[in-house]
Amino acid sequence: MHEGAPDPELYDFSPYRGRKPLVWPGDKKVAVWVSPNLEYYEIDPPANPHRKSWAKPHPDVVGYAHRDHANRVGHWRMAEVMSKHGFPGSVSLSVALCQHHPEVVADGAARGWEFFSHGIYNTRYSYGMDEVQERAIIEDSIRTVREATGQTIRGWLAPALTHTPRTLDLIAEYGMDYTCDLYHDDQPMPVRTASGDLISMPYSLEVNDHYGFFIYNMSPREYARTLIRQYERLADEAENQGGAGGTVMCIPLHSYLIGQPHRIGAFEEVLRHIAADGRAWITRAGDIADAYRGQIA
Amino acid sequence: MSLAPDYLEYAKRRLGYDHDLYPYETLPKRAPIAWPNGKTVAAWIVVSLEWFPILPSDTPFRAPGHMQTAYPDYRHYTAREYGTRVGFYRLLDAFAKAGVSVSVAANSAIAERYPSIIRDVVAAGHEIIAHSTDMNGTIASGLPIAEERALIAQSLDTLEAVAGTRPRGWHSIARSQSFNTVPLLKEAGVDYCVDWANDEAPWAFSNGLINVPLNHELSDRQILNVQQQSVDSYAEQILDAHDWLTKEAEAQGGGRLLPLHLTPYIIGLPYRMDAFEALLAELAARPATWFARGDQIVDCLGGPS
Repeated sequence: MHEGAPDPELYDFSPYRGRKPLVWPGDKKVAVWVSPNLEYYEIDPPANPHRKSWAKPHPDVVGYAHRDHANRVGHWRMAEVMSKHGFPGSVSLSVALCQHHPEVVADGAARGWEFFSHGIYNTRYSYGMDEVQERAIIEDSIRTVREATGQTIRGWLAPALTHTPRTLDLIAEYGMDYTCDLYHDDQPMPVRTASGDLISMPYSLEVNDHYGFFIYNMSPREYARTLIRQYERLADEAENQGGAGGTVMCIPLHSYLIGQPHRIGAFEEVLRHIAADGRAWITRAGDIADAYRGQIA
Repeated sequence: MSLAPDYLEYAKRRLGYDHDLYPYETLPKRAPIAWPNGKTVAAWIVVSLEWFPILPSDTPFRAPGHMQTAYPDYRHYTAREYGTRVGFYRLLDAFAKAGVSVSVAANSAIAERYPSIIRDVVAAGHEIIAHSTDMNGTIASGLPIAEERALIAQSLDTLEAVAGTRPRGWHSIARSQSFNTVPLLKEAGVDYCVDWANDEAPWAFSNGLINVPLNHELSDRQILNVQQQSVDSYAEQILDAHDWLTKEAEAQGGGRLLPLHLTPYIIGLPYRMDAFEALLAELAARPATWFARGDQIVDCLGGPS
């Protein structure tokens, strides 16, 4: 980015109208990827001077136990319904989960899921890191995921969405393909970096389960209807003659939210709907990056 | 700009949790829990019975539902009292009609101020669990340990004096604990707490205290007040949860917990009660349901170690 400039100059302007149409494998219309956030929140993390972690003095029992539900219960529910309907995960991973609860990481790997880094812990923020420190968490992420799964991470979602001005340059330099931190489009786009060849992979805040339930206060069934509307609209637009072609829909999840007993049934109906529609390319972030790169080269 | 070097040190990065309070276990790998009579979903109702002094305390924090306006906040003081005088009796009648026994998490101030309520609860076969002293009795790290120990003892002793039996369960205000709470509850002879909402089954802390997770996501406060959804949506969500847990227990084995955390001044309003009574009737009609008090759930586990 251009540090200190009013426009961070992350990408060129490119309107939705008049683009070279993207084409997805099998002439599918919308690439649907599900992104479970497999996270570890520390019970007593050190303070970052730029952002408070827990709302309450430690232990914040409600916050900690709520996240803990993911690794004890929610993950298994969410993963089962995804597998049942043929949806692989592209995991936003707190890489320290590989040490704390390797069962969860191994379960995702066994299901054929892709892993990218979401930092070391979701309670350690990048704000205020110098370059050496930021390189350390990137190198730790690459090493830890490789040791746990054999995979080399291809993407990055900043821990708790905390960045520095050099994050995107560094992950590109380390050979990563995509960032999930930019929300300016419904298609992948090139990102301007100092070195390397980075693309923005459409993730989502707006249809993230956290936003659905705690920003927009949706009921479980309202959230499910929202996901179906999002899907239908993106599929319809991709069918428009003269339009931008293939679109991307990400469903970012946290299993302590979507894996709650009052929510998971309604969510399963969303997966059933998308899988039955026929227009969805149900895939992983890395596969979308490959298909996109093949068309812009 | 850089962060202190220890910000990138991870002393607790190890197998299992970053604390020793309780061990890690997962739902699919856990030894199945059997509820009585082959039931699979324990529907556990907890009613919070609270007294809010009109002079709120912010030490260590102000309780949810507490006074909000400049003094004197008649609006919130009396609206909370409405729950205790009127809403709670609607709930008692609804439980009697549905044949349900529940856990009542009472501030000890209720026993001091309105002992007849406690006697009515006990006479109806419900369980009293301790819910601190009054709504100024919040707990968080920073509360001196001697004060926390005294608060727990005062709550238990006062409730015991009126109820005739010592509460076996503990519910902290806002589920907020300090690092001292789990050892102090054990020391006070409490069998179980309800504050750690991380599971759909009860489990034991390393010191033997049981935790019966009282899911805040399924509480009337969360769904009706915080998320501002309708009582019809609330009932639908509880039944959706019941459907899922029933199906999951059938497929995987082992009982599941469906906690309903109720607040008399929230669910006990006239325009919400019909829907709530219909929900109770529907839950009672389902073959999987075991309406259970917290003490009955704990006793199913063989009691605290």
